[in-house]
Amino acid sequence: MMRVSKRSTIKGKYILLIRVTAVLLALISLGVFISFMGHDPIKVYKAMIEGCFGSAYRFKETIKTAIPLTITALGIMLAFKMKFWNIGAEGQILMGAFAGSFVALNFTNLPKPIMLTLMLIAGIIGGGIWALIPTWFKVKYGTNETLFTLMMNYIALKWIIYLQYGPWKDPNALGFPKIPNFVDAALLPKFLGVHLGWVIAIVLVVGIYFLINYTKLGFEISVIGNSENTARYAGMNVKGIILKTLFIGGGLCGMSGIIQASAVSGNLTYEVSAGVGYTAIIIAWLSGMRAPIIPLTAFLFAILTQGASYIQTAFQIPQSAAEILQGMILIFTLASEFFISYKVNFDFSNIGKTRKQLKEEM
Amino acid sequence: MAILVFLHAAVQAGTPLLFATAGEILTEKSGNLNLGVEGLMLIGAVFGFLAGNSTNSPLLAVLSAAAAGALCGLLFAWLTVSLRANQVVTGLSITILGTGLSGFIGRGLMGKVMSESFTHVFRIIEVPLLSKIPLIGPVLFKQNIFVLSGYLCAILLGLYLNKTRFGLNLRIIGENPYAADASGIQVSLYKYVHIAIGGAMCALGGAYLSLVYVPAWQEQITAGRGWIAVALVIFSSWNPNKAIFGAFLFGGLDIIGFRIQQYNLPISQYLIDMLPYVVTISALIYMSISKSGSGNAPEALSEPYFREERY
Repeated sequence: MMRVSKRSTIKGKYILLIRVTAVLLALISLGVFISFMGHDPIKVYKAMIEGCFGSAYRFKETIKTAIPLTITALGIMLAFKMKFWNIGAEGQILMGAFAGSFVALNFTNLPKPIMLTLMLIAGIIGGGIWALIPTWFKVKYGTNETLFTLMMNYIALKWIIYLQYGPWKDPNALGFPKIPNFVDAALLPKFLGVHLGWVIAIVLVVGIYFLINYTKLGFEISVIGNSENTARYAGMNVKGIILKTLFIGGGLCGMSGIIQASAVSGNLTYEVSAGVGYTAIIIAWLSGMRAPIIPLTAFLFAILTQGASYIQTAFQIPQSAAEILQGMILIFTLASEFFISYKVNFDFSNIGKTRKQLKEEM
Repeated sequence: MAILVFLHAAVQAGTPLLFATAGEILTEKSGNLNLGVEGLMLIGAVFGFLAGNSTNSPLLAVLSAAAAGALCGLLFAWLTVSLRANQVVTGLSITILGTGLSGFIGRGLMGKVMSESFTHVFRIIEVPLLSKIPLIGPVLFKQNIFVLSGYLCAILLGLYLNKTRFGLNLRIIGENPYAADASGIQVSLYKYVHIAIGGAMCALGGAYLSLVYVPAWQEQITAGRGWIAVALVIFSSWNPNKAIFGAFLFGGLDIIGFRIQQYNLPISQYLIDMLPYVVTISALIYMSISKSGSGNAPEALSEPYFREERY
C-alpha cells in the first residue's frame, strides 16, 4: 500500500520547499497552541515582529542577539561537518570569555587596539584549548565526545562561578558577588550603532565559507565527514585534521564569548553564554552546515528570542515559549529530512483483492 | 555514623539517576541513543507535579509523569525509527522541547506545595527484615517507596534483559537488527515499545525530584542529571545492576559539595561542585582506554535501521 524508497536525486528547489514548509508548520502549530491559551495568534506574531523591528533600538537588540549565535554556530558547524558531535560550545564560550577577561582585568594599562586584539586572541585560545581536551581523548582513545564535551560545559560553568564568588570577586561591590567591570579600553567599540561584533561575524562567515570551499583543510573536513576510512586511504592525517579543526571551532566559540563579555556586559559573569551554545547547535543543523545560511538562521532565531521576550509582558506568554518553538522547528525539520531522502509511493491498486487474486497475478 | 547518614542521603540523591539510567539502558539496548533524557526528566517532573497538585493523588501523579515520558519517547521513536532522523540531534531537540515545555507549564506551579496526605505516602518506611541488616540495612531499606521501587525497577530490568525471550530479542535488535529481522522479530515494534517505556522511566526519575526529593517545582530542577544518566549508562556497561551502584555513587558526589562545607576545607565549595562532572569524564576516559569498556555497547547503537538495505 505504502512503499518507501530512497531517492537518488533531488532538486535543490525541492529541498528548500520542504525545509520552509517544515518551519511554517512549526509556526502554525505554535499558533494553534497560542490560540488554545486564549490569545489571537496573528496578534501575537505581529507583536513579535514589532518587538524586533518596531524601533531602531529593538532592531539593534535583535542584531546583538544574532551575533553570538552566528559566530558560535560557525564554530559548531566545523566540528559537525566531521560528524564530531561537539556539544561543548557553551563551555568553550565561557572559557574564551574567561581567557579574554583575564587579559582585560590584568593588563589594564594597554591602549585600546592592542588590548582588544589580545583579548580576542586570548578568547580564541581559551575556547580552542577547551575544545581540544575532549578532542584529544576522542582521537587517541575513541572516548565519547558527546558526553565529554557536555561535561566540560558544566565544569566551565562551575569554574566561572568559582571565580565570580571567589578569587575574582570585586571588593568594591559591597559584598555583591560580581567580577569588576572592564576598563574602557577593554570594551568593544560600536560601528553603525551596534558593537563591532557584527563586522567580525560577517568577516567570519565569509572566511569560513572560503575555508570550507577553497582550502585544503576544508576539503579534508568534508572527506572525513563523509567517510573517515576514505580520508585515511587518501593519506590524510585524520587525527591532526580533527584536532586542528576543533581548535578553530572551539576558538570561534571562545571569541563569541569574549565579544559578549566585552561588548554586551562589560564584565564577566557566569551568565555570559546564556544558552547560546545550545541554540547555536540547532542553528548550525538547520542551516544544513552551510556558512552563508547560518547568519540567516541565526537572525530568525534572534527574532524568535527577541520577540518572545517582548510579548512576555504584553501577553503574559513566558519566555520558554521561544524554546518550545525552537524545539518544534527542529523537530519538524528533522521530520522533513525524511521526505528529502526518501520517496513515499502510494499504491492502492491492491486493496480489496483476495489472496487468491494476488497469487494469480503473480 | 555520619558516614551512614551520608550514604542514606546518597541513595536518595541517586534515585533520579537510577530511574533515568535504567530507562536509557532499555532504550539503548534497542539500538537507539536517546540524548533527550534531561528533557524527559523535566517533563516527568512538571507533569507529575501538575497532576499531583491538582488531583492530590500520588498514584495519578506518578502515572501522569510516566505517560508524559512515554509520549515523548514515542515522539523520539517516530522520528528516529520511522523517519530515520539523526539520533543525536533528535535527542537534543527532545531536550530543548522538554526544557521549554516544562518551563512553560511550570510557571503556574511555582511556589506550590503538596498537601500533608500527599507527602505522607512518600514517608520513610522500614522494609521488614531487610532493614535490620547491620550497617547497610537502614541505608538501603529504610527509605520511601519511590526509592525502593527504584531498586525494584533496576533489578527487574536486569532480569527482563537477561532471562526473558523478549529481553533476548531486544538485545539481538541492538546488536544486529538485520539478523533480528531475518529471524522474524518485528524490529520497529520492539524499538517503539522499549523506547516508550525507557522514556517513561526517565520521566519517573524527574518525577521523583519534584514529588519527593525537593519536593516542589523549580526551573532547573534536574540540573544536568539527565546528562549524567547518559554517561552512567556507559559507566555501568549497559548493566542495570551496575547502574544501581553507579547511580548511588553519583548521588553521593552530588551532595558531597554541600556537606563538606562544615569541615571548613581550604577548597571552595564551587570547585567541589565540579566533582560529579569530573568523575563522569574520568569514567568515560577509563572506559574508552580499557578494551572491554565500550565493547559492551550494543553494536548497532545510534545506527538507524533501514529495512530496504537488508539485501
